[in-house]
Amino acid sequence: MDDVWAARDTTPEAIESALRRLLTRRRHEYEDHVPARVLNLVVIVDRQFRGEIENRLERVGRFHPSRLVLCSVEPGRRTIDAWAGIASDDGDLGAGPHPGRISVTREHVELTIGARHLRALDTIVDPLLVADLATMVWAPHGHTEGIDSLRRLAQIVLLDTQDQMDLAAGLERACELARDTYVVDLAWLRSTPWRERVAAAFDPPALRRALGAISAVTVHHRADSVASAVLFCGWLASRLGWRPEALAQARGRLAGRARTRRQEIRVVLEAVDQNPPGLSGVMIETASGELVGLDRSEGGLKARRRARDGREQEWTVLGASRGEAGILGEGVRQALLRDPTYSPALAAARIMVGR
Amino acid sequence: MALDLQQAVQENPLIEGLERLPVPATTLTIFGATGDLARRKLLPAIYNLAHEGALPERFNLIGASRRDESDDAFRNQAREAIEHFSRRTPDARVLDSLLDRLQYVCVPFDEPEGYARLDEAIAGLDAEAGAPPARSYYLSTAPEFFPVIVQSLKAAGLHRHEEAAVRCVIEKPFGTDLASARSLQEIVASVFHEDQVFRIDHYLGKETVQNLLAFRFANLMFEPVWNRQYIDHVEITVAEDLGIGTRAGYYDHAGALRDLVQNHMLQLLTLLCMEPPAVFGADEVRDEKVKVLRAITPPAVEEVPEMAVRAQYTAGVSGGEEVPGYTEEDDVPPDSQTETYAALRLEVHNWRWAGVPIFLRTGKRLARKVTEIAVQLKPVPHLAFQSHGSVGVQPNLLVLAVQPNEGVSLSLGAKIPGSRMRIRPVNMEFLYGTAFMSQSPEAYERLILEAMRGDATLFTRNDEVERQWSIIDPILRAWHGDGAPLATYAAGSPGPPEADALLGEGRSWRGL
Repeated sequence: MDDVWAARDTTPEAIESALRRLLTRRRHEYEDHVPARVLNLVVIVDRQFRGEIENRLERVGRFHPSRLVLCSVEPGRRTIDAWAGIASDDGDLGAGPHPGRISVTREHVELTIGARHLRALDTIVDPLLVADLATMVWAPHGHTEGIDSLRRLAQIVLLDTQDQMDLAAGLERACELARDTYVVDLAWLRSTPWRERVAAAFDPPALRRALGAISAVTVHHRADSVASAVLFCGWLASRLGWRPEALAQARGRLAGRARTRRQEIRVVLEAVDQNPPGLSGVMIETASGELVGLDRSEGGLKARRRARDGREQEWTVLGASRGEAGILGEGVRQALLRDPTYSPALAAARIMVGR
Repeated sequence: MALDLQQAVQENPLIEGLERLPVPATTLTIFGATGDLARRKLLPAIYNLAHEGALPERFNLIGASRRDESDDAFRNQAREAIEHFSRRTPDARVLDSLLDRLQYVCVPFDEPEGYARLDEAIAGLDAEAGAPPARSYYLSTAPEFFPVIVQSLKAAGLHRHEEAAVRCVIEKPFGTDLASARSLQEIVASVFHEDQVFRIDHYLGKETVQNLLAFRFANLMFEPVWNRQYIDHVEITVAEDLGIGTRAGYYDHAGALRDLVQNHMLQLLTLLCMEPPAVFGADEVRDEKVKVLRAITPPAVEEVPEMAVRAQYTAGVSGGEEVPGYTEEDDVPPDSQTETYAALRLEVHNWRWAGVPIFLRTGKRLARKVTEIAVQLKPVPHLAFQSHGSVGVQPNLLVLAVQPNEGVSLSLGAKIPGSRMRIRPVNMEFLYGTAFMSQSPEAYERLILEAMRGDATLFTRNDEVERQWSIIDPILRAWHGDGAPLATYAAGSPGPPEADALLGEGRSWRGL
């Protein structure tokens, strides 16, 4: 039941017109098919790695954008080829939708373009976006020029500061984008369950007082996930009013300090062997000897507490791992939300990495 | 902006920006843990909360029931229920971890020994946690056990704790009439403060029901016409195409009026008619809902035939299949006088709604499954267009659909393409499924979480329940009197023709 259209050496106007025809035909043929109208997602990829990104987008579960415009960049190409299709979310296409229920449809447009098109990509993509819907852009293979060209159309930029070879440069780019767009950073989202659990651990009023007495934070992370770790520490610093200082590389780990008026906080980021990207464990200690610890574990996180009197407890905090597909899905979903704590955390993280 | 640490003692600065707010450590005891509701709804809801990491970081679950069973036997039942009824395929590691935390305590509801065992189990969990977690008791037993459980909790000293919040979640029905609801409330109030009590009406946990408030109070364009000046009448429909299934034992005592009208449908009515609260707080919202219920004058028994119709389905055809009549269903007495259909005409006597009839109808084995609120606006005062040659200009109709296709549709008059000025109604539709990527959580997931959090906004307060029964009680008395008429309708039909008379001249029920 998927409708498709394709053309070589085409124009944005022709693609837009074809999409409109596809939508009208679908509506006439299936009255219970209704187009989703949530989000435009524009993705710029290297043509040779297009399949990998498409696979990632297929696995985001229910968090599909309603219109996906995939711009596949082929160096040296001078013309635009295009493919457009409408697909139904109804899994059992042969059997048709369930009686009495609607079936939600999504549009997928794929453009094959040359690098020369990137600097004016907005003029190609603009007619292909659903008007009045939020637009998110994502360029997992770089293509900064394309992103910059689309900034006048997009309200949201999806990025992954973990993907940057130079973390400081990645955080700086995120900061620069955040000036005029809303940035959704996958590295930040990988730290979400940890932030939620640390917030919960200190939520009982008796423990809230201990927030002012934190003396050390140790974060374990996969070797390539230092971005998540430093953003997590940036979050603590920005929420708790710490003045962070630059971290230094020492014995295979990043270490440094943050300060408050009364307290100095030791900050350590340490890489560990682990399969999934992101954090592996968090340990927060207070001057009076209390400890709040969380570590990855089967079926959730292993929580560890040490009271002032030295008593220790361990238990499992329930929760399923979202996996990388879940993180990307969450990134798409976050496009329509606003997290006011990312930018302050990013600013603190930049200081920690020496910018 | 970070909060200073003085403030942090009052407000947790770490929760800013988080979607999932912390829930206090809790030991949840489900009474009736081996029953149908626990199996189908509560245990799967708890699993889904666990899967999403939404449960408190310290969470203990105790199943309590009259059966003498081992922890392992109960864990096996719980596993089977979750695997069968969960909205998502369970993650084996999360499910194992959840079941590890599960205990079973045999509690014959009227025997103190059972509560002593429960006390011991909870005390063990308190000791393990260091600081005692909050205690929530979820009463999902048959309603006749509510009083004895509540009183026994008090007798065992389980109703209060110096260091931990204690909450009691009570399933519907809260009473079977006004007198029994008052009597139950008297017992509940003798044990718990009102702020410890969470009366469930699971409709309030549905996203689309909550969205009624967002629709009304987050959009400027509807509120100016939301009154007697512009609205002709309102129809609230909760129609089911299925029969009573295996619920004959419950349903034949309850009937449609108690099963759906007294609780869910009156709740929909209050959300539709209430004034905007100053803030979205538990008491502010419920205060406004109670004002609506107070503005509905309960009918005198002799007025009931003029404002209410009851009926029972007979054999018919549903979904292309022949189906039996109500009295031919398994376990239904052949001479049953229980209504499977109820239609009411109510009025809210206040400045906003005076003179606007609000029609409620619900039934089993009707033509279609649908839950919706249809707000019929008045016609335009003057029409400049000819109406011949088309169906003409119809008054605007706003339909708030709760299920199966959640959304809002507004009918508008539009010109038919062509050389003449002919008008016909067209629909402007908004469907939730097309506008949000998130899957709505099950109502019970939201309600269990809110109860553990101690937020009662989505639960019914005592005065609400009592007022609901005050409206329904005279109808029950009239219907249960000798010789009260009981109309019939064929299964698979839109309902009894007698219900049409409630609407008055010029109006008809929306098609099912």
